[in-house]
Amino acid sequence: MTIPSEQQRKERIDRGIKVRCDSIYAMMSHRELSYLALPRLILIAGMLILPLVVPSMYWQRVFTISCIYALLAISFDFLAHYVGLVSLGGAFFVGIGGYLAAMANTSLGLSPWLTVPLATLVGGGLCTLLLLPCLPLRGVYFAIVSLMYPLFLARVIEALDILGGTDGIMGIDSFSNRWVEQYFIICILLLILFGVRRLVNMDIGLVLRGVKDNDQAIRASGISVTFYKSVAVFLASAMGCLSGACLVHIYMWSGISLFALDFSIIPIAATVIGGSGTLVGPLLGCLILVPISELLRDFGTLRIVFYALILVAFIIFRSEGLMVYGQRKYHQFERWIKF
Amino acid sequence: MEILVYGTINSVMLALYALGFAMVYGVSRLPNFAHGALYVLSGFITWSFLNSLGLNYLLSIVLAILATGIIGALIYQFVLIRVRGMEISEIMASYAIGLAILEGLRYGGFKGMTYTLPAFISGSTEIAGVPVDYQRVLVVVIGIAVVALLWLFTRYTRIGLALRGMAQDERAAMMLGIDSDLMAVTAMGFGSMLAALAAILVLPLGNIVVESGYNILILAIAVCVVGGLGSWMGAVLAAFLIGFAQILTVVYLGSHFQMVVALLAIILTLIIKPSGLFGRQKELEERV
Repeated sequence: MTIPSEQQRKERIDRGIKVRCDSIYAMMSHRELSYLALPRLILIAGMLILPLVVPSMYWQRVFTISCIYALLAISFDFLAHYVGLVSLGGAFFVGIGGYLAAMANTSLGLSPWLTVPLATLVGGGLCTLLLLPCLPLRGVYFAIVSLMYPLFLARVIEALDILGGTDGIMGIDSFSNRWVEQYFIICILLLILFGVRRLVNMDIGLVLRGVKDNDQAIRASGISVTFYKSVAVFLASAMGCLSGACLVHIYMWSGISLFALDFSIIPIAATVIGGSGTLVGPLLGCLILVPISELLRDFGTLRIVFYALILVAFIIFRSEGLMVYGQRKYHQFERWIKF
Repeated sequence: MEILVYGTINSVMLALYALGFAMVYGVSRLPNFAHGALYVLSGFITWSFLNSLGLNYLLSIVLAILATGIIGALIYQFVLIRVRGMEISEIMASYAIGLAILEGLRYGGFKGMTYTLPAFISGSTEIAGVPVDYQRVLVVVIGIAVVALLWLFTRYTRIGLALRGMAQDERAAMMLGIDSDLMAVTAMGFGSMLAALAAILVLPLGNIVVESGYNILILAIAVCVVGGLGSWMGAVLAAFLIGFAQILTVVYLGSHFQMVVALLAIILTLIIKPSGLFGRQKELEERV
């Protein structure tokens, strides 16, 4: 870092409009209303228009997959930064949701419109139940145990040769057409994004953040830590199962690769790059990372190397992420001052 | 008898995998997710020294162990030290580095062909009526020697005592003039060297494959978690526990279940007693 010739430092000041918008006076003028609404509207409009403007069906599919990863990333971000449970087991949720949807579709013959909600709710409950004994764990211990769950399930399926074994379950119905599939996932994603943003600012969100920062204080207030943790895990795992169920219906196939590390690692990478704790950041990160990884597909495994190095660079040099940076630029201005 | 002999061999191998991981975690509280990658990397370094540069086998082994140690120390000095104390960033960064090393090796042409290291002494012998090749005997002998040397090292040398001090109480160690960052780098260097040593002992038994990096990482974590993260002697005992459990399941259930045992051990230990079998002092800290 270079120090300017005179003794100077950078000062950041909130924009006046931001200060006004923090209170209820935001409703007083069009200018302030649009200042608040514009970023959100850009996001919603962008998400809805993007599938129409991408050049080919292939890229449309890539966009759908990005949205699915974004769901997982939001679930990770919510659990890690608002509840304090760092789950490296995104693949666990995807796998459970995917296999449930696949079984409901092939064995019971339900249509995708029934299997997806079914897999979401039942899968969320199942994941919560399985993770319940681990909830008292914190920090690196929870991270390790959640990383092991998907690996364990994959090995069990492989070893016992159940649920189609290594071949997986084939012949799963797809959505009725690709526009339905696309917009269904986009709408769900936007609903969940804004829903979670609202949730973390409600009373329950306050309790959850309390669990993250000081669980002893929460317990001293007579609130059950385990109950709130399991509610949070249910919400997060339901999001993961939803994405797994959608994925199964898109690929029309369900197999052990649903438990692959990709589903644990890419969402986390996207969260780190997009800005952790912002909930929009992970979405942004997925929209950047997944297409990049498609572009690099020709390079084979080198793309994973590339990916990993970007991730390390971001963790070390820009740990705040793009979204936090963007928000700062939007809400504040900077100037040099002498001292 | 077969179970006893092969269980012992498997256990010593597990202990070798885990010691480096346990050392790094014990000293700097860093779950080194690049451990498996360093293991595979050292195998490839040895192979390159041996076949591309045409060095003597013993020399290339020594050089490979040193090189892996230096690489580990450099990774810590330039990358991981910046995220020290932020557990999730540590896991992510070290895992990403491991991923980059492994997939880089895969891209760099180490695929398709089989890469093997020659055994130190070929041939086999019989122990109590069970045929065992010399390399496996050597693994056990050297493995036990390494554990013994490590024990002596951490009790009778200045660096070893400093490392142990760091592991027990970092602040107190710093007050006594131990450079915490330097010791963390040293521990990472030694941990990587232990991974390299394990690789060089075990890899002549099979092929060098990139995928084994992930398995080694899981096995190392399993042993360390069951033994109690940060407890070195616990890790050795846990290695025997898991080693025999694995051999028993392979004999009675089939080889598919070998990894299932390790994963189940991790999950059950963390659920029932997260501080592991032998890690006592941190029990309250990790649970609500």
